[in-house]
Amino acid sequence: MADVTLRKVIKRYDDVEAVRGIDLDIADKEFVVLVGPSGCGKSTTLRMIAGLEDITDGDIMIGGDVVNDVPPKDRDIAMVFQNYALYPHMTVAENMSFGLRLKHYPKAEIKSRVTEAARMLDITDLIDRKPKQLSGGQRQRVAMGRAIVRNPKVFLFDEPLSNLDAKLRVQMRIEIKKVHQKVRTTTVYVTHDQVEAMTLADRVVVMNRGCIEQIGTPNDLYHNPATRFVAGFIGSPAMNFVPCRLEEVGGKPLIRLTDRIAFPLPPARAARYQNVSRNEKLLLGIRPEHITEAKAHPEPGIETFDAVLDVTEPMGMETLIYFIVQGEEICGKVNPNAGARDGAPLRLAVDLNNMHLLNEATGVVL
Amino acid sequence: MASTAVIDKAAPTRAVKYGSMSRDRKWALRWSYFFLGVFAIFSLVPPLYMFITSLKGSAEISAATNPWWVFHPTSANYVGLLTSNQFLRFFWNSAMVSIFVVTITMLISVPAAFALARMRFWGSATLATGVFLTYLVPDTLLFLPLFKMFAAFGDWTGIQLINRWYVLLIVYPTLTVPFCTWIMIGYFASIPKELDEAAIIDGASWFQTLTRIFIPVAMPGLIAATIFAFTVSWAQFLYPLVFTTSTDQLVLPVGIITTLIKGDVFNWGQIMTGALLGAAPPLIIYAFLMDYYIAGLTAGATKG
Repeated sequence: MADVTLRKVIKRYDDVEAVRGIDLDIADKEFVVLVGPSGCGKSTTLRMIAGLEDITDGDIMIGGDVVNDVPPKDRDIAMVFQNYALYPHMTVAENMSFGLRLKHYPKAEIKSRVTEAARMLDITDLIDRKPKQLSGGQRQRVAMGRAIVRNPKVFLFDEPLSNLDAKLRVQMRIEIKKVHQKVRTTTVYVTHDQVEAMTLADRVVVMNRGCIEQIGTPNDLYHNPATRFVAGFIGSPAMNFVPCRLEEVGGKPLIRLTDRIAFPLPPARAARYQNVSRNEKLLLGIRPEHITEAKAHPEPGIETFDAVLDVTEPMGMETLIYFIVQGEEICGKVNPNAGARDGAPLRLAVDLNNMHLLNEATGVVL
Repeated sequence: MASTAVIDKAAPTRAVKYGSMSRDRKWALRWSYFFLGVFAIFSLVPPLYMFITSLKGSAEISAATNPWWVFHPTSANYVGLLTSNQFLRFFWNSAMVSIFVVTITMLISVPAAFALARMRFWGSATLATGVFLTYLVPDTLLFLPLFKMFAAFGDWTGIQLINRWYVLLIVYPTLTVPFCTWIMIGYFASIPKELDEAAIIDGASWFQTLTRIFIPVAMPGLIAATIFAFTVSWAQFLYPLVFTTSTDQLVLPVGIITTLIKGDVFNWGQIMTGALLGAAPPLIIYAFLMDYYIAGLTAGATKG
């Protein structure tokens, strides 16, 4: 059993509160990703779990034991760093076995563990090389190998892929997922890349300014964000936000964006937003994939409007379009054959079944 | 016509621009070689003169012949010194003092630098600066109070330190420890922080982190500091002059001066020979460890 629990954990540096009382329960064998912009406290949180930073207040528990004052080496954790942190004067095998050698494991056992980890990570041929002779991806594998051989209760990853180029990052991402499927160790993974978070995590923890904004499965966060921050952070291109308000015309609720553009709400949404004040300043949140070219046969909840495109970005599989509504740049995704051209008008459709309505002042998703 | 004129105008402009680049470089190179040459002559002429003089007998040195030429070469000076028990004693004293000082210095400054660079504790930054400031106090100011201290220590305890070669083992580190600590702080600071964090998570104690990670990784810096400590203790003149007087306690630089100058009689041939022989050990060490020394001094300039 190696669940990790954080209870009201606070980290203060002099006057700055880097982590502001977070609560987090990580189940045994779970893969949890902490994600957020730089300075949101995610790395600090990870380092506190590792024991590299003291906690100012609160409790951290690993496997049910409070480890607040337990030194890192006795927490039975392994950590993979962004810059790999391999010992430059040791070979790959020596790097991987360093922790075991310090604990005076029998030679045979060390050898078998290193061989096994090297085989799992496909670095058997590199075992006698020095880190200098390895590529970035290989170094990252060795760093993971060093964590695996220890067979720890918890794996901690601190932005492990940030130093790799885009292609290798995708490859290593899959590699990390495979390793987790094989060894099934509780894993806490920190990244600023929401794609990494979405693809790797059992559960994603979105952090902002030292607080947890939302915890949920990748799909949950994508489809049901709790706040404007999460809605805007998860998904690429980011969700569009347009100032709007609700109106009642002939007993039917309308969402009005501009004097000219207003859409009737689909029944499910109308019911959900029944109690929202009609005077409140609101934001319509809609993902780019829900703004497409208008189809010949309209479906319920899909409303059409005309827009003059500002810029188009052909991506091959789809074309990204940008246009202005209420001074906000809106992004949509259309079929490459829809005839989208820079500066040309196009009839577009917005799927209001997938809309979000946010309170502009509080940023809360209604 | 007009267009030809334009081309004519443009052509030399381009050529000059291109040419000015290489001409700049050529001039820069010429000046570098000029100053390098001047510097080489400046620093190599004295040893050359010493070498020439060391091959002459006393008569030839005082004769009014060309001082840059040896008319009657002799190895008498070398044989004389190398068979003199006294001179060998100086050499031995110097070697003992230097080796012990280097060892003591490293044993103190490496852990000190590690603590100051890595184990953040209250006042560590101030202490690091303080260590360096002590290096800035010149030995010409320190020798009197130090002498008084050792004299007082001798009066109190009856343990006589003055006029014993091993008093230098206490005195020299006041020069070497601050500087070596400073070099090592810089070197340790250039090692990525994640490296010791990785070691700590791997289960290493601070001491193991130092011995198994930091010292091997910082070897070039360590060698640079070692060379420095050796050079300082080998060449130190003022302290041994003050603290040691009996001929059997003297180190080489002081020994040469006190025994080869008798009253106003300068035994130039042997003085030069002794100085040359004395300069040999640091020279040999430099030659072997030069690459490490440079790597150590430029640490942090480029992160490898």
